[in-house]
Amino acid sequence: MGILGIYASQISGHLQAPFDSLQTVTVGAGGASSVSFTSIPSIYKHLQVRAFVKSNYAADQSAMGIQFNSTTTGYFQHGLYGEGSTGGAYGVTSSNTAGSSYIAGNSSSNIFGAVIIDIFDYSDTNKNKTVRTLSGADFNGSGQVRVSSGSVALTSAITSLSFLDLNGGTAFNQYSSFALYGIKGA
Amino acid sequence: MASTYTALATTTLGSSAASVTFSSISGSYTDLILVADTVNASGGDNFLLNFNSDTGSNYSVTRLTGNGAAVASSRGTNQTVLQCGQVYSTRSNTIVQIMNYSNSTTYKTTITRQNNADNLVMANVNLWRSTNAITSILISTSSYNFSAGSQFTLYGIAAA
Repeated sequence: MGILGIYASQISGHLQAPFDSLQTVTVGAGGASSVSFTSIPSIYKHLQVRAFVKSNYAADQSAMGIQFNSTTTGYFQHGLYGEGSTGGAYGVTSSNTAGSSYIAGNSSSNIFGAVIIDIFDYSDTNKNKTVRTLSGADFNGSGQVRVSSGSVALTSAITSLSFLDLNGGTAFNQYSSFALYGIKGA
Repeated sequence: MASTYTALATTTLGSSAASVTFSSISGSYTDLILVADTVNASGGDNFLLNFNSDTGSNYSVTRLTGNGAAVASSRGTNQTVLQCGQVYSTRSNTIVQIMNYSNSTTYKTTITRQNNADNLVMANVNLWRSTNAITSILISTSSYNFSAGSQFTLYGIAAA
């Protein structure tokens, strides 16, 4: 989960950082109808997105997907989830997003979903692209934790990421935040 | 170069202990990550957190576990601790992602992956129903001490 040889030391700043913050979006008053990261440099080995998300979908919960380079078709995804009573699994062989993250919806007051998305070898033009996600939201009596994976037959380097609500929510709510990090190889 | 992923503190137990505390946590970061490598002398026990000394019924959890035979899910509501994993007499690694911990507007959500090769793999999402910024973390168990050699490291992640 983004821990690649991190020194457990209280000394910082004197070594080249392997984990760089690239871009951050914090949603302001009125919400955001879309959130994207663009012009992603190709100098890193992997990317990680860390997000804290609520959409305006009219329920306690919703789901969020990720798209690469404005590609809207051809994604595959599988997931494993727990929702308090039983575990479950799903698979989608033709999706419009890579990976499906469980987030909070508009009805859950003050609660935001946690999402961590790892995108491996994102700039390697010899490989199709693969993601791993860990996400969830708990509402003190309901909620879900989810692990999922996704892929797409896309060998181009990823230069942009877009996030969308999968249930028809039209905006991400104020205080939602999305942060993109680059992880360097050796 | 400014560090994005900063080790804030590490505690390695020289002898068994019932709890570990990280206090005076700076509000300068976006997320915290708690990485724990734990073991006890007695067997299955709960890995617990309390934020800011809050022991009120303000915590809840949704769990997903696989124990080699079955997948299961369970829930805890209105709890006095944040239950985010297990401790065993064989080594467990636990990574707790504490998201947007320093904001004073929203409730706090954590998400955890935990692995113990002899027992289970687990993912949890937890809620702390407080809008306060997190400034301290108490790590404890329900029954048994953490053994000597258990290690806990707190990292701060700073977004741009």
